[in-house]
Amino acid sequence: MIYLKAFIVGGLFCVIGQILIDYTRLTPAKILVGYVVMGVILGGINIYQPLVDFAGCGATVPLTGFGAMLAKGTREAIQKDGALGILTGGFTASAGGIAAAVIFSLLAGLFAKEKEK
Amino acid sequence: MKYTPKQYKEISKEMTYRTNSFKNCIFAFLIGGAICTLGQALLELYKSLGLDKNIAATCVSVSLIFLSVLLTSLNIYDKIAKYAGAGTLVPITGFANAMSSAAITFKAEGYIMGVGAKMFTIAGPVIVYGISAAALYGVIYYILTLI
Repeated sequence: MIYLKAFIVGGLFCVIGQILIDYTRLTPAKILVGYVVMGVILGGINIYQPLVDFAGCGATVPLTGFGAMLAKGTREAIQKDGALGILTGGFTASAGGIAAAVIFSLLAGLFAKEKEK
Repeated sequence: MKYTPKQYKEISKEMTYRTNSFKNCIFAFLIGGAICTLGQALLELYKSLGLDKNIAATCVSVSLIFLSVLLTSLNIYDKIAKYAGAGTLVPITGFANAMSSAAITFKAEGYIMGVGAKMFTIAGPVIVYGISAAALYGVIYYILTLI
């Protein structure tokens, strides 16, 4: 059942993105920035967590989930370390994903063949 | 109702565009949904191996990022993206794809200003505004805890 919920909710997040691509002039970069910021806002006002509880990876895998994770990390860091958490929370929560993306992409840049044009 | 050829052309163009958009949305839904379901399967797998919930969630992100970069390197991700549109853009795999495909494409400009810098063309803004929004939220949250 959780798989079906993940599929549907995750799919709907992508449909929203597709509608933005087809009917607005937003570039992919703008859409991704919008998703992350929206995730931070929804995570910040505690709307996103219930969606994560409901749909699991359907809510955490889209980039809004990344934003919600930044908000959650910031909140938890502030609870633990006080004001310093404002600066440390976001990167602490997202460190694994960002480091993985950077390192794997570097390896791809080093070893993958360029596309033939 | 009669249309002039020009009107007819415009309407037909508009209708084609809408049909295409509907088709695009279906593909985005199916492929985006599939990526999230794969994530869920990995999450259940990691949890069954006894990993803590938060650690398992990070492992899912790392795994999906790895798969995305691997498929990008093999030139497969972009082929799927042609059909999936936002279905491959919106999930975390789209973020990893944007970074790795830029790293591969701009290799010719060198390892520093090519691979190193161009990697962040799309990922950079996402990180800048994501972290800044989180810090802004943090300031508000911190002030609320003081009251």
